[in-house]
Amino acid sequence: MVNGTVIPLEVRDLNAWYGTRQVLKNVSLAVRPNEILGVIGPAGGGKTTMLTCLNRTLELAGGRSEGIVRIEGESVDKVDPNELRRRVAMVLPLPVGLPMSIYDNVAFAPRMVGVTNRRELDEIVERCLTQAALWDEVKDRLDQLGTRLSGGQQQRLTLARALSTEPEVLCLDEFSIAIDPVTTMRIEAVLVELKKQISIVLVTNLLQQARRIADRTAFMLLGSVIEEAPTEELFEFPKDKRTHDYVNGKFG
Amino acid sequence: MNGTDVRTAEQATAASPSPTTVAFADLASRRRTESLAGLVLLGAAALAAIPALAIVGLLIVRGAPALSLEFLFGMPLHGMTAGGIFPAIVGTLWLVGVSLAFAVPVGVLAGIYLSEYAGEGRVARIVDLAIVNLAAVPSIVHALFGLGAFVLFMRLGTSILAGGLTLGVMTLPVIITSTKAALQSVPHSFRLASWNLGVSRWQTIRHIVLPNALPGILTGIILQVSRAAGETAPILFTGAAFYLPILPDDVRMQSMALSMHVYALVTQIPDVPLEMKYGSALVLVGTVVLLNSFATVLRYYLRRNRKW
Repeated sequence: MVNGTVIPLEVRDLNAWYGTRQVLKNVSLAVRPNEILGVIGPAGGGKTTMLTCLNRTLELAGGRSEGIVRIEGESVDKVDPNELRRRVAMVLPLPVGLPMSIYDNVAFAPRMVGVTNRRELDEIVERCLTQAALWDEVKDRLDQLGTRLSGGQQQRLTLARALSTEPEVLCLDEFSIAIDPVTTMRIEAVLVELKKQISIVLVTNLLQQARRIADRTAFMLLGSVIEEAPTEELFEFPKDKRTHDYVNGKFG
Repeated sequence: MNGTDVRTAEQATAASPSPTTVAFADLASRRRTESLAGLVLLGAAALAAIPALAIVGLLIVRGAPALSLEFLFGMPLHGMTAGGIFPAIVGTLWLVGVSLAFAVPVGVLAGIYLSEYAGEGRVARIVDLAIVNLAAVPSIVHALFGLGAFVLFMRLGTSILAGGLTLGVMTLPVIITSTKAALQSVPHSFRLASWNLGVSRWQTIRHIVLPNALPGILTGIILQVSRAAGETAPILFTGAAFYLPILPDDVRMQSMALSMHVYALVTQIPDVPLEMKYGSALVLVGTVVLLNSFATVLRYYLRRNRKW
């Protein structure tokens, strides 16, 4: 609890392994309500693995974890994994339009939990596409294939789809590595807007991106969280020398 | 550049023709090799096509005169030396139908299991190995297996059911393998995106993977249909009758079959007019070619509708 409110997502002493290789070492983090938590660090530092622990997709990839992950105070091990994945939405690095229409892409997850009412689905599709800043570009061709959109549009479609389950936490894993700078800036603006309603974990390899929109930022190196602080503080006055070297471009 | 480098370069020039000349000579010889390779490959391809064309050509020339409505839809007469081959055509359809009714559900479900659930473990590898080996079993061995398992042990007798099941077992490995391959050609990123939306494994298979793998699965099945229609050995002891001029109406009956009929006409009965032998073979090959063409067209049409 922070100031009497429930912490949306909390990680404590989390360890994770692929086979015998340990990829997370005693990671502790918390995402506060209505904030963007940036996670930065060089490749191979465990950022993606940490995300897969949040919605329990690590087990699908053949990994194993120990430690505590809580969603609104409840251990994620006690939540049905599919329900958990609807509450903790995930946007992956490469845009994926599912091989169906734009409309069906966004309506897919709601339909799978039994929403059949057309008007209800129409509302969800319009709301999510609008939130993802894609509605105006596609509203006249919702029946076109999602896979035929441009990369930047597909990533916004991916984001709209992630929002269709009305998640409490939205996680993004280096969402901008395959898309153009203009779309990147548009999605950043979307995230700043979205955090009024939900909490966001933004894993990024772009230091400037974390600096632009993250409220707090954590620096991960070799499976551990080295330092976590309000973003400006982490970039301007890092406590750890390794953080200092990384944010100043001396390695990574 | 330092002194050592210059000397090495000079020595190289003195010892061999200029690099430009070498490059041109090289290019000419490479061109010769290239055209030679083209010729050899063309020859091999032609050699492969010639027997196929010769067989079809011979069958058409010798067999086409026998084709008539009476031949296709009539009953055999005078100990099969006259009349039609209708019971054999219908019998083949029955046998293929039964084999599909068994092999398609079992094969597709097994393919789904192997592709989507089994993972990479030791059990999956053993099952895979078993299937590959099953595919390599000669059809006469399948026939003996069918005789032992279906005709005798399960007491089905020599019947369409026993013959169809034997054909089904024979086609099963390829249906499993082609189903698995079709499912694995659907990008993993689609599954991952679906799982990340909280969509269950089965729902993901049902709504994302299967619909997009369907063309490949169907093609595999149709190719096995034509194989089942053409094989003689598996039905020899299990379901095919030598001469039974009635139309079957029950899977417990025996029936004639096209492949068996051709075998019988050619080797077992004297005084069959030559064009009847060729005509029966032409109908059999025609059926197989028709099914394969259908598979090709279907694959082309469904590929055009690919969604990614």
